[in-house]
Amino acid sequence: MPDKRENKWEHFAHKADMGIRGMGPTKAAAFEQAALAMTAIITDLQKIELENEVQISCDGKDDEILFIDWLSKVIYEMDNRNMLFGRFEVEIDHDQLTARAWGEDIVPEKHEPAVEVKAATYSELRVYKDKNGNWVAQCVVDV
Amino acid sequence: MNIKTLKKISDYQWQINATAKMRVPAIIFADEALMKDMDEKVREQASNVASLPGIVNACYVMPDAHWGYGFPIGGVAAFDPDKGGIISAGGVGFDIACGVRLLTTGLTVDDVEPKKAEIAEKLAHKIPAGVGSRGKLKLSMSQIDDVLTGGAKWAVENGYGSERDLKHTEEQGQVTGAKPKCVSDHAKKRQLEQVGTLGSGNHYLELQQVTEIFDEKIANAYGLKENQIVISIHCGSRGLGHQIGTDYLKKMVTAAPSHGLELSDRELACAPLNSSLGQKYLGAMRCGINCALANRQVLTHLLREVFSDLFPKAELLLLYDVSHNTCKEETHIVNGKSKKLFVHRKGATRSFGPGYEKLPAEFKDVGQPVLIGGTMGTSSYVLAGTKESVSIAFGSSCHGAGRAMSRRQATKQWNGRDIVYSLANKGILIRSPSYRGIAEEAPGAYKDVCAVVDAADRAKLSAKVAKLVPLVCVKG
Repeated sequence: MPDKRENKWEHFAHKADMGIRGMGPTKAAAFEQAALAMTAIITDLQKIELENEVQISCDGKDDEILFIDWLSKVIYEMDNRNMLFGRFEVEIDHDQLTARAWGEDIVPEKHEPAVEVKAATYSELRVYKDKNGNWVAQCVVDV
Repeated sequence: MNIKTLKKISDYQWQINATAKMRVPAIIFADEALMKDMDEKVREQASNVASLPGIVNACYVMPDAHWGYGFPIGGVAAFDPDKGGIISAGGVGFDIACGVRLLTTGLTVDDVEPKKAEIAEKLAHKIPAGVGSRGKLKLSMSQIDDVLTGGAKWAVENGYGSERDLKHTEEQGQVTGAKPKCVSDHAKKRQLEQVGTLGSGNHYLELQQVTEIFDEKIANAYGLKENQIVISIHCGSRGLGHQIGTDYLKKMVTAAPSHGLELSDRELACAPLNSSLGQKYLGAMRCGINCALANRQVLTHLLREVFSDLFPKAELLLLYDVSHNTCKEETHIVNGKSKKLFVHRKGATRSFGPGYEKLPAEFKDVGQPVLIGGTMGTSSYVLAGTKESVSIAFGSSCHGAGRAMSRRQATKQWNGRDIVYSLANKGILIRSPSYRGIAEEAPGAYKDVCAVVDAADRAKLSAKVAKLVPLVCVKG
């Protein structure tokens, strides 16, 4: 039996904006994948070199608020540092999240960023375990 | 949208009756064709807005409406603080005071046609656009506080424009009641190098030609003539506004139970106007408005520098600056009485008609300019506010074409390079840091702006004045 619990991400359609979905064997893995899905809206993930590491932490009183806070912190770090991240490692302890993100400074000619993500929204927001035991974390982001 | 379930009030007004939790009805302004193409999600979202505490009269929906988050894009809702009315971070949106300003140039098509490519290059070089672009201003944390309280007035005081510009900006360029202490350091830090940047997505700076005048009298008052060149700037409050929205949405979602608010959609997160959190958001959101006004003013200065090199005799006069993601304190007549209300416009433009006291003198007889941005390949419009709009929709109109398909669908259907090439063949020069961004913003991904504007005109939300077509577009 192949292991159906795998890390992956995808986009789903929203009329004006974009839906992102991360999936993995753990909640933390699903959060990592969702952050990659969000970055893939901006640029091709393959173009991001993992040169520098940034520490990120956040909190939320339930899984959904924690997920939005996580994506919001990633957006903040991208915008404030002018960076793109191509890899994330997330740890979740109850309502606290700590993470490491690896990436590099934005170079417009290299990354050809299509659009900036303004914010993670509570629209279509869900964090749950599916029937295969996979964690799924999704929402619409405003671009 | 299935229109059979709606009550048709007129050819341009459709009502969702107040049922279940709705406190008031929702009224959609559109013609039958636009109604049929409108998302079902608009009905759901407008009904949710109509269920919020303290909402007055109805939730109004503009002809360009589409599925948003929380509020529909194109949603208008006014709340009465004396009746438990709320203020909603989701009802303003993340790009606080995103808006459009339009400048007249006094130049004609014949003047600019030979220099079009040069204009495109110089604008693309001068205007910071796209993800990660930084402005020429590097501000300190205390200077950013001055921007947040001063708005476009701060920009003018620092040499980026004239007193006349302020008279031709909503709120005279500066909204009062902005409280920088209600804005997080994270939000301020994001803005230190972003004042005077265009951003990305659907934001642009566009050189346009006036191709048609619909109302000579109003066009004269606005200084618009056929074949004249005008310039539009569409952008908002940048990282600062996005962070204010993010910060307060979380606070409002978390605090909702303590305010006795049951949210059918967390994106509707709100707080009573008469609460500490409601007042803090109001103070922060007004900082976002001032930030957007300052941003468009600094961009205007950069634009004028480019034009003073290329056309030393041209005078770029600001026609008007309107914001379409806001919550404004306004006085309206409700049941025959004058009431102070907080009007949310999410993807909707204010459309005050003749006689409104705060309008510049030259607009008093004709109403305020309502600036509608189209797509890079079609057209934009100037409309005028109407007296009727104030009585049917708290003085509001549409804001743009409105998307007809998702960004994902658009990138599957079009290629950015092909769009640039085919538009160049039509005489429209596009400059952008990203071809994918262009594909996502393909003209075909939007509704027909002409149909939207015609519906707004016939519904009397605003009156058509002039049609503008693009010649050069710098996309973010």
